Amino acid sequence: MPSTGPETLMSISGFHVTNTLLATLLVDLVIVAVIIVVRRRLSLAPGRLQAVVESIVEYLQGIIDQVAGPRSSLIFPWVAVFFIYIALSNLIGLLPGFGTLGFYSKADPWWGGFLYLHLPDVPLLHVSTADLNVTLALAIVSVIATNAIAIRTVGLGTYLKRFFALNPLLLFVGLLELLQEFTKFVTFSFRLFGNISAGEAVLGTMSSLLAFVVPIPFLGFELLVALIQGLVFALLTMAFMTMLTEPHHKEE
Amino acid sequence: MFTLSVSGGLIIAIGALGPGIAIGLIGAKAMEAIGRNPEATGRIVPNMILAMAFAESIAIYSLIFAFLR
Repeated sequence: MPSTGPETLMSISGFHVTNTLLATLLVDLVIVAVIIVVRRRLSLAPGRLQAVVESIVEYLQGIIDQVAGPRSSLIFPWVAVFFIYIALSNLIGLLPGFGTLGFYSKADPWWGGFLYLHLPDVPLLHVSTADLNVTLALAIVSVIATNAIAIRTVGLGTYLKRFFALNPLLLFVGLLELLQEFTKFVTFSFRLFGNISAGEAVLGTMSSLLAFVVPIPFLGFELLVALIQGLVFALLTMAFMTMLTEPHHKEE
Repeated sequence: MFTLSVSGGLIIAIGALGPGIAIGLIGAKAMEAIGRNPEATGRIVPNMILAMAFAESIAIYSLIFAFLR
């Protein structure tokens, strides 16, 4: 079985350096490197890398323009960052080396210490989105940003009117919506965490059944799941931001 | 030394039934819509994914209870 959750590699004066932190830094490094390379060689006739980046951005921009309309420029940066970070983090986690390179607590060597028959107890790198701390942080950022943007665009009065109304029926609906704001933390974080760590568990189980051909279809499926989960997180953020920044309709 | 517990498995198994059916229905209807009107694919697919995510969040609640049991 692969490990679920972060493992501490070392502690620097009380600050735990975990393997998911290393993976997060790796993803950040890749994103920043791509940005710098594409920015430096920006041209009207795009190269291969620039074409890939442009098509991703244009796809997201197209979706957001359709849904959010005039407020799309306000929402786009958040959605794009969530999609790029989560999808890249999930995809990088499927590379060989994640979860397989690491440290063994008890030596169980085979072939005179040349090969090990099981996965390491403390892997060096671990998919960052399979760590509940990371997904909860992303969820908190998403929900707080949504509400802050809503207050800034429609004003505090209209924002509060959404949750507290004088009409008893509307008050009930408003309280349900207020409750939904808090369940968002749970659903956002557990959706991503559950999907990615379940995928990891499936891959680990399949590779321990037979290491050679059996995991390949599941790897293909996880490739799809990695992209779709990033898209789901980004699109849900977009939908909630669009909903909350909607100017209040006048009730008759 | 070894205790058998099925409650967590039962929670997620029963809790995933409804959302599973819901996601299947959403996908079926979306495919139907794309078949009727292929030009609207770009508008249907994001909305389909959103609706699936809402249905899935019910399964997530039972996943949490399966973990917490």
